[in-house]
Amino acid sequence: MSNTQSQVESDTGTETMSDMLIIFRKAPVGTSWAREAMDLALVSAAFGQKISLLFMGDGVFQLAQNQQPSAVEQKGTQAMMQALPMYDIEQIYVHQDSLDQRGMDSDQLHIDCQSLDSKALPGLLQQHKQVFNF
Amino acid sequence: MKYSIAVYGGPYSHQATHTAYHFAQAVLAKGHNIQRVFFYHDGVYNASALVAPPQDESNLPKQWQTLAQDNSFELVVCIAAAVRRGILDENEAKRYSKPAANLEDNYQLSGLGQLVDAGLESDRLISFGP
Repeated sequence: MSNTQSQVESDTGTETMSDMLIIFRKAPVGTSWAREAMDLALVSAAFGQKISLLFMGDGVFQLAQNQQPSAVEQKGTQAMMQALPMYDIEQIYVHQDSLDQRGMDSDQLHIDCQSLDSKALPGLLQQHKQVFNF
Repeated sequence: MKYSIAVYGGPYSHQATHTAYHFAQAVLAKGHNIQRVFFYHDGVYNASALVAPPQDESNLPKQWQTLAQDNSFELVVCIAAAVRRGILDENEAKRYSKPAANLEDNYQLSGLGQLVDAGLESDRLISFGP
């Protein structure tokens, strides 16, 4: 599966347009995708980019409370996510259907997220100049 | 148009790098420019000088190197992703007291900021990953 990032050439006129959307689709442990995607989020913010995060698919497991990644000698992303406010990353979205499919609900999450249904996703993508998909 | 390419897949274990390489060739054939190829995640394995495929298989690290030299673009490898996977240049080998460096010539270790910069400076940034 190739990830495509495209830049919107013309201003769509959306005032809230952020620079970059990073989509998290992988569980916090098992692969290094989640951590390396979170690294990109933090570095991009440090470079002055306005960042939004979207958790969908197995990526919603990164939002679960009381994760214990050290039980499998991994670090997960929960600790890194505590730093998000320091990097001014406040636009955090979660795909509601992905939560539903995994028996999770919004009050089980360890950070505040705005939940979106599938119909809202295309609009979210269009509000960002760049999209990184992990 | 100015393109950059992000590669997240390792050579020989996934199609991603091969597809990225073909895409790079196509971009150049159409008369566009490539600013930078950035290797992240398992893509950093493309930068190993120790890759030794059978003779009837393509040698991707060498192919990237030749394409980059012929067309004057950068091959940049995420230093954090590379070092933890054992891809080291001379400096890092020294820093971590390792017996050898194995970063292929014409590749450079640098920070993730180079990927962010590619997204900002290029007209298009296209990613290839598993």
